[in-house]
Amino acid sequence: MTTPNRIILDKYLRHNKKFPHIWCPGCGIGIVLAALLRAIDRTGWTKDEIVLVSGIGCSSRAPVYVDFNTLHTAHGRALPFATGIKAARPPLKVIVFTGDGDCAAIGGNHLIHACRRNIDVTTVVVNNYIYGMTGGQQSPTTPEGMKATTATRGVIDQPFHIAELAASAGATFAARSTTYHAKELESFILKALEHKGFSLVEAISQAPVCFGRRNGMGDPVEMVKREKELAIPISKTADMTFEEKRDKIVTGIIEEREAKEWTDLYAGVKKTAGEE
Amino acid sequence: MKKKNGQLLQGNEAVVEGALYAGCSFYAGYPITPSTEIAEVLSIKLPERGGTFIQMEDEIASIGACLGASLAGAKSMTATSGPGFSLMQELIGYGVISEIPMVLVNVMRFGPSTGLPTSPSQGDVMQARWGTHGDHPIIVLTADSVPETFEMTVKAFNFSEKYRIPVILLLDEVVGHMREKIVLPAEGEVKVVDRLKPEMPPEWYAPYADTNTGVPPMAAFGDGYRHHVTGLVHDAQGFPTAKPEEVISGMDRLFSKISRGFSEVCLTEELYCEDAKTIILSYGSAARSARDAVETLRADGEKVGLLKLKTLWPFPKAALEKYANSVETIIVAEMNRGQIYREVWRVARGRWQVGKALAPYGNMLTPEMILDVARKVTK
Repeated sequence: MTTPNRIILDKYLRHNKKFPHIWCPGCGIGIVLAALLRAIDRTGWTKDEIVLVSGIGCSSRAPVYVDFNTLHTAHGRALPFATGIKAARPPLKVIVFTGDGDCAAIGGNHLIHACRRNIDVTTVVVNNYIYGMTGGQQSPTTPEGMKATTATRGVIDQPFHIAELAASAGATFAARSTTYHAKELESFILKALEHKGFSLVEAISQAPVCFGRRNGMGDPVEMVKREKELAIPISKTADMTFEEKRDKIVTGIIEEREAKEWTDLYAGVKKTAGEE
Repeated sequence: MKKKNGQLLQGNEAVVEGALYAGCSFYAGYPITPSTEIAEVLSIKLPERGGTFIQMEDEIASIGACLGASLAGAKSMTATSGPGFSLMQELIGYGVISEIPMVLVNVMRFGPSTGLPTSPSQGDVMQARWGTHGDHPIIVLTADSVPETFEMTVKAFNFSEKYRIPVILLLDEVVGHMREKIVLPAEGEVKVVDRLKPEMPPEWYAPYADTNTGVPPMAAFGDGYRHHVTGLVHDAQGFPTAKPEEVISGMDRLFSKISRGFSEVCLTEELYCEDAKTIILSYGSAARSARDAVETLRADGEKVGLLKLKTLWPFPKAALEKYANSVETIIVAEMNRGQIYREVWRVARGRWQVGKALAPYGNMLTPEMILDVARKVTK
């Protein structure tokens, strides 16, 4: 029933792109990308109708490796490009693959406005709590107290919770899972892809070289196990306080609702305008 | 657009008419005076013609959406003014290196920063040339009247499509907000250029391969030609590369595709230049005052001519050099502290004197101000 990972990878990786990829040993981005590819395979969409858009950062290097229409934009700007593509050509399946810094720091304004518009774009955010490409600086999701090269005495800023941020900004689907829960992650991404409207899946991931190493989190396997230990399904969090949830990873579907989608609404505007 | 009757249009409205004539089907923008009418009118007219208008959260998102729409096959445009133009700079470079056609209209206002909202200025001339980081080619057009704004908007789209590059239309507040009579051309009367599409089978397609014009054909996302687009330096396939030979050929082609088109792209207009000892060089609304000053001086019997730039970048230096043996002085008339003046001085290399008549305080450059400078030279 389930197609093996190897077959999926062979189907979607670019054979004319010279590997290896740029990711560090033990990095979780490949797990998230594989979950996305498996989910895409289950949609039945063709490669030609899919556009994979990214910004700048480790996770944003993903599009070059896969055989879709792929667009590696500027730092933080994946969502404006994706919005332009979707608005100009609505039948295309537009997916954004981004990271915590790209999406929630430099691209934070674009994120909340894409949510607000409820345009039919799916965003997969690899949240590994750190700027990896530049060598381990604090990101808008680095937990308080954790160390980064720009916060050697520990981060003092509060982190964003990206999935909740997206839901409160108007995203009609928002979910969180981890690289440990790879099958759950895949199922959330599939739901997001099939959801009509703006959808976001936050994938908690490990960055052993740029984050774990400085914070005594052990090897990649230990980091992934830590995700398992910290994960708590949203169904069990109803009675928990913010403080109790703070150090946990709340997994599950944070938001799922139906609302009018931007390209549908704009098609209505065009119809009305044409009849005037 | 079929009717031949004249209309009274604003410069900004002429941008809209020119864009629609050229086939613009996508606009993304953010409000800023003195460019906002372009967005307002397109928000009405684009959906009537099946096109898309979207108001974005800022100017960075606006140019990003335009580049995305262009990659999806749409002729796209945004419009802004100084502060917004500053925000757009990074993605102008993205459009240049990724070879994405689009038109960016900057209706200049006085700066820097919030400046004098919204007094006229031509202070963004050098920013339009060099605003985005790194060596890069660019095409920057301008206009001095409502009919010319229409003409240059169509040309901006044509050049962007033909050369696969963002084209900047640099207007000033006076031209943007001025109302004048214009007779819009009928369909087919003015040439409209569409980007070259690939005809080879998808497996043969290389989106950044050299061609006999230096401009590779451009497939839209969704056309079946799956390819990669990146702001990294890339090889012919679009994949990132740092191999010296691929960097050299890729970057050189970016420049040579434009320099091969210099004669087509560098547009100027001349009046009485053949026997002129003094040429007044100007552009945009300042050129209207320059024309008035030249007519006055000619009536006085002075051998004075007008050289009006319609293209600012690449700088049309051949149009100046044509008169290297006959002209004694070129006076640059512009509404800034001498941005094109320095360019003319650079091109002169001592072959002629260079003078300037400037209005750098958010004020109009009047014919009298130009006459004051010109009479000192012609005396």
